Amino acid sequence: MNPANNEPVAVVGIGQTEHAAARRDVSIAGLVREAALRALADAELTWSDIDAVVIGKAPDFFEGVMMPELYLADALGAVGKPLMRVHTAGSVGGSTALVAANLVASRVQRTVLTVAFEKQSESNAMWGLSLPVPFQQPLLAGAGGFFAPHVRAYIRRTGAPEHVGSLVAYKDRRNALKNPSAHLHEHGITLEKVQSSPMLWDPIRYSETCPSSDGACAMVLTGRRGAARAPRPPAWVHGGAMRSEPTLFAGKDFVSPRAGRDCAADVYRQAGITDPRREIDVAELYVPFSWYEPMWLENLGFAAEGEGWKLTVSGATELDGDLPVNPSGGVLSTNPIGASGMLRFAEAALQVCGRAGAHQVDGARRALGHAYGGGAQFFSMWLVGAEPPAG
Amino acid sequence: MSEILTAPLVVEFPFTRSLGPVQSAFLTGLRERVVLGVRTTDGRVLVPPVEYDPRTADEIRELVEVGATGTVTTWAWNPAPRPRQPLATPFAWVLVTLDGADTALLHALDAPGPDAVRTGMRVRVRWAAERTGAITDIACFEPHESGGAGPATPHTGVFADPVTGITTPARLDYTYAPGRAQSRHLAALARHTTIGERCPACRRVYVPPRGACPTCGVATGEQVEVGPRGTVTTYCVVNIKARNAAIDVPYVYAHIALDGADLALHGRIAGIPCDQVRMGLRVEPVWTEGARHPDHYRPTGEPDAAYDTYKELL
Ligand SMILES: [Zn+2]
Repeated sequence: MNPANNEPVAVVGIGQTEHAAARRDVSIAGLVREAALRALADAELTWSDIDAVVIGKAPDFFEGVMMPELYLADALGAVGKPLMRVHTAGSVGGSTALVAANLVASRVQRTVLTVAFEKQSESNAMWGLSLPVPFQQPLLAGAGGFFAPHVRAYIRRTGAPEHVGSLVAYKDRRNALKNPSAHLHEHGITLEKVQSSPMLWDPIRYSETCPSSDGACAMVLTGRRGAARAPRPPAWVHGGAMRSEPTLFAGKDFVSPRAGRDCAADVYRQAGITDPRREIDVAELYVPFSWYEPMWLENLGFAAEGEGWKLTVSGATELDGDLPVNPSGGVLSTNPIGASGMLRFAEAALQVCGRAGAHQVDGARRALGHAYGGGAQFFSMWLVGAEPPAG
Repeated sequence: MSEILTAPLVVEFPFTRSLGPVQSAFLTGLRERVVLGVRTTDGRVLVPPVEYDPRTADEIRELVEVGATGTVTTWAWNPAPRPRQPLATPFAWVLVTLDGADTALLHALDAPGPDAVRTGMRVRVRWAAERTGAITDIACFEPHESGGAGPATPHTGVFADPVTGITTPARLDYTYAPGRAQSRHLAALARHTTIGERCPACRRVYVPPRGACPTCGVATGEQVEVGPRGTVTTYCVVNIKARNAAIDVPYVYAHIALDGADLALHGRIAGIPCDQVRMGLRVEPVWTEGARHPDHYRPTGEPDAAYDTYKELL
């Protein structure tokens, strides 16, 4: 996005479903509808105010509905309007919001509804990601086995003490207790409980892994005129970017992927951020395994290389720290995969609007929403603020 | 040029569906030999029913019962039914507007041949003998001369023991061809050697080779034998049994950079207690009779590789 020439983009409506391990009470259509209606109600708009719909979810194999956007057009009021699907693995919730934002920024559409979802209970993501391809060695390690060696590499590279992963999980699960929308509400959580949970994929413990959730998230994005009619001051998009790189290549840095660094740099440039640690008040980062918090803190420039874990240990990323990370409870507490990225983006917007309820960060004016996926292949991020962008 | 391999790849999974209120009533109705539709805000009757009005986006919940007889609106002859299609003998795919409905339902029509099918013909539901609450509770349609039945009648959609979820097995049959580079790699593995391919631009060696360098975007052709020994660059100890995995836990799942390769491949480490595996451990493959890939890797007994020698391969 080039903020200088573009329509400023405002987030005027935010909605999410109740998240649970299995939402057997609704169809997939009913699930996305729930989030979309809440976003519309939040914006005090109706279906007829929406000019286009942008929807995202993780790979079709997850639920086995090929091109679900076709059948979901009715539920999302998209009949007779442009409807498009975005598809970038785990980062898709973020990418979907950015495609919607770009439609507004480019003045192609005035007001866009964007929705992302996953109904993990009707699917098996692990199966969908590990099809038995002939001649290839079968994947040996299960879900966390992909991530755990990269965590070990991070620990080796930085000398981070062993308990950092547990500190992050303990923080995010406590934050989730303040977020009624979160899937996991672990009352009575203690650091000791996290640290004594089974070591599934050493160095990753059970309590340091994300759950499997059913859920959806939706937002209404619009331009300056739409924002002027909004019932409350909106969140404004100050920067947004996507980057990709191959899942595997010689020289790939899984601990701090270049695509992530470049994506963040682009967003900061657009938003005029030169010192993210000081200028960003809160970050919602895609942390599916707790150790990814310090890893992303370095990748996104909040800490120097090798120093991310020190931010975590210092308490800076706690809800009352000077750089709260995942006040919502994060992916560690709620993980409808396709929606997880949009939930990060939406939480960032709620924070700068001062509407995050019990997990509100005091005085949050600028927030980063971050998503990644596909084996650190895709990155998408946006930076939102309480004030309209300059210019 | 070595032979290009192919093999069948079957992708098969029993997906589940939560039906929601409208599909639940529709499928439970079929089990009870009742066809339900839904009335839209402007009065049209949609069969099969949907939860949301395609025109207005309204939530629609006014269920109605329509006839089990109807009219074919269009059709296509299927001369060669495939496995798990509704009928094993040639049949017509038909769109049927049931009496009382304003939209058509897709199903199969049992007819002796295409000459016996025409748009506008009258048909009726042939119910399956065993019904479970699925679209297959309608076994198919069959020709049936009758006048049009009356309009749709209101229905509560309430049945005893409603169906709220279904399982929808899906199966896709592919022929998988790994391509030239991987076929060469596999042929070498059969000789218990590992070959990679070097990028002509960046000179990096890819194992397994993919025929192109993803960084430079150029074809790789130069074959390079790598290994057999290598270095554990990083790893995890797996303590949870993966679904369908034959290996007992705990075991070590490692990234192994074979000597001469510029990125790590994945393998299991054995022949050493899990808690003694470490980054930098030197390992070699262990082959078992008839297996395509090494069964696992074991320590060579050499001194560990220095971190600086493999840190770029992490
Ligand atoms: Zn190259």
